[in-house]
Amino acid sequence: MQWGSLSEFVAMGGYGLYVWTSFGVTALCMLWEVLALRRRHAAALAGTNEPIHDR
Amino acid sequence: MGLAHINWFKYSSPQAFYPLAGRLTPWCAAAAILLIGVGLYIGLFVAPTDFQQGQSYRIIFVHVPAAWMSMFLYVAMALWAGLGLGLNARPSFMMAQAIAPTGALFTFLALVTGAMWGKPTWGAWWVWDARLTSELILLFLYGGVMLLRTSIDDSRRADRASALFALVGVVNVPIIYFSVRWWNTLHQGASVSMTAAPKMAATMLTAMLVMTLGFWMYSTAVILVRMRCVILERERQSSWGMPQSHRDAVEVH
Repeated sequence: MQWGSLSEFVAMGGYGLYVWTSFGVTALCMLWEVLALRRRHAAALAGTNEPIHDR
Repeated sequence: MGLAHINWFKYSSPQAFYPLAGRLTPWCAAAAILLIGVGLYIGLFVAPTDFQQGQSYRIIFVHVPAAWMSMFLYVAMALWAGLGLGLNARPSFMMAQAIAPTGALFTFLALVTGAMWGKPTWGAWWVWDARLTSELILLFLYGGVMLLRTSIDDSRRADRASALFALVGVVNVPIIYFSVRWWNTLHQGASVSMTAAPKMAATMLTAMLVMTLGFWMYSTAVILVRMRCVILERERQSSWGMPQSHRDAVEVH
């Protein structure tokens, strides 16, 4: 364990803003992709999403 | 004998692939959650402070896996695109279509987390350095592949055009990979290579590799789900799996 306290962990030696923004944006993007795909799959099953222009 | 008797093309038809992808997805998702959880624990709690960069280096645990996936997924997309062009196989084009958005997402994440690392380390969010510029070009290439597909109405022509674009763009991947060696870049050199001992503590390396495996499993899971969406969306005219009564009349071109 590298940290003495929670505030030390959050501060990340003064780099907290950069470290937590990196981890946060990554987590949000992956979560968004999962939720968007779940919606898309439900729509595709229901046949309600945009029709694909197929010949 | 043996190998020759297995029908390798069994799962290459969308009808067979759809349920297979559905069965594989939960396992990949579970593996991703487990690996990312373990990777985060090692990276944030076990790995020591970097003697040069302090705690800011911990960005590496999302930055490097995202950057590796961005390149790996581009190569995978280009391979499926090439296979599609060579065999005129619709399912291969569909795989390429399913991979592109996840690859673009990881490219975006590699750039954003890179900026978050560059600011405290170099004093700049962005520099026109060979590594950063070639990774930005990768994002544009993903964008081009996806835009080309949506801008062409005829799906067969959209498949071929975006596949060709993906194939031509693959030359950018070795340029990204070797950029830190070919040019004098601000971006630091490779942390891990096949030929030299790793330039980091064992726990740092472990966390990075476990996170990479986690991102890999995540990518596999979301790409399988997107492949299922693409199959449903594109095979609607063939109407397999829609009304049960139409099942016998399935015809996939």
